[in-house]
Amino acid sequence: MNVDFLVQALHRGDARSVARAITLVEEGDAGGTAILEQLDRERIEQALLIGVTGPPGAGKSTLCAQMIGQLRDRDLRVGIVAIDPSSPLSGGAILGDRVRMMRHALDPGVAVRSMATRGRLGGLCSAAGAAVRIMAASGCRVVLLETVGVGQSEMDIVALADITIMVLAPGFGDEIQAMKAGILEVADLLVINKADQPGAQRLRLDMAAALRDPGDRQQRILETVASEGRGVTELLDRIFLLEEALRDGGALERRRRRSRELETLDQALELLREPLRQRIRDRNEKTRDPRELAREIVERMVIMPAQAARNDDEHGS
Amino acid sequence: MDKRYRVLIGKPGLDGHDRGAKFIARALRDAGFEVIYTGIRRTVDEIAAAAIQEDVAAVGLSSMSGAHMRLFPAVVEALARAGGADIPVLGGGIIPDEDIPALKNAGITAIFTPGTPIDTIIEAFRAACRTHLGQQAR
Ligand SMILES: Nc1nc2c(ncn2[C@@H]2O[C@H](COP(=O)(O)OP(=O)(O)OP(=O)(O)O)[C@@H](O)[C@H]2O)c(=O)[nH]1
Ligand SMILES: [Mg+2]
Repeated sequence: MNVDFLVQALHRGDARSVARAITLVEEGDAGGTAILEQLDRERIEQALLIGVTGPPGAGKSTLCAQMIGQLRDRDLRVGIVAIDPSSPLSGGAILGDRVRMMRHALDPGVAVRSMATRGRLGGLCSAAGAAVRIMAASGCRVVLLETVGVGQSEMDIVALADITIMVLAPGFGDEIQAMKAGILEVADLLVINKADQPGAQRLRLDMAAALRDPGDRQQRILETVASEGRGVTELLDRIFLLEEALRDGGALERRRRRSRELETLDQALELLREPLRQRIRDRNEKTRDPRELAREIVERMVIMPAQAARNDDEHGS
Repeated sequence: MDKRYRVLIGKPGLDGHDRGAKFIARALRDAGFEVIYTGIRRTVDEIAAAAIQEDVAAVGLSSMSGAHMRLFPAVVEALARAGGADIPVLGGGIIPDEDIPALKNAGITAIFTPGTPIDTIIEAFRAACRTHLGQQAR
């Protein structure tokens, strides 16, 4: 696998190269890291990452398909990363979000990639951020990241995305009650989808009760009927206005810095997992308390070498 | 299974019966595969484009309407046009025995009929993925 060749083709927007690059990263292949190093930073900087989350069946994929259509009308290239959970039993997964987006299958300006969480806690897979950067570098002005909102995953997507939209639908009323107030506060936009359905009025009231500030309600709640494309123009207009404000005020840069920090931390912990497991086995301790042992291993592995390096620096210069 | 095999299950053509396709998709998931399911009534070019974007190691097709002689080879051709000539295609459905040699000649890696045990089908997908990824690594 010639990395330079792949990177060149990827930057030309070649679909197969984009797909291969994402696989290499997902598999933890060394070539994947080399590719990520060479991606067009400017394109990544210019792209907008929109996180789309919400309960199962709320209409996230249908809404994404509608957004794709309208973004294409605005002549923008679009990438979609759709994440579904892996089965905890077999490790396999059925990735079905693409079904709703097939009408864009033959459009070279639309790249869709389905990914499974692969046992990572929360709803995102560890390669999600990298997949998004690959799509952005390939020329996608907007990348949509769809993930089912269960438990911690909603917060994962908020941490990763530039702008997060939470898609809700009638029939999930009780879930709003149960939903940690957290996500309602941190999602940038709250979309009431299936506004054509009987329970929409009830959902409106619940949302209004959850957001007490009238200005907040006005600015952050929208309604859509994704299956008919209603409300989608307004949603995109709102998203781009928000993007402008976030870029101008420097908030976007701050969000991205935090997202990079988190991904680095995640990845570092992931890389430590195996060497740590090995050390624990090697120590073969039978009596020491696990917490104490953990502290000691981490101290020897990370903290002491860091101190030694600092001492070397001081003496060496 | 050390590597996660990614496969696409699709239904080309106009017939709307996807029970077979969904059954295979679930069986593959339960065997540890990641299955991209593209739904019913797809054109062969849509299936090929999806297979490329998803970088799958194999494509599985289902046909219940008797159009397999036209549709299965058409997917092989569409894949080749899209730059995925190396991706193996497997097919199943209501397929008379006498059609099998012609389908194999047209480049279909394995054919399943209603009598094929599910374990045989899973093993065929596993073998196709293993071969494909082995060739790719070289
Ligand atoms: N009545 C109505 N139905 C809708 C609307 N939007 C989506 N649906 C339907 O809701 C069902 C679920 O839609 P999806 O887009 O698959 O929902 P999702 O949130 O992506 O689902 P998961 O990915 O499985 O969590 C489909 O049958 C859609 O046709 C809407 O605005 N109104
Ligand atoms: Mg979906």
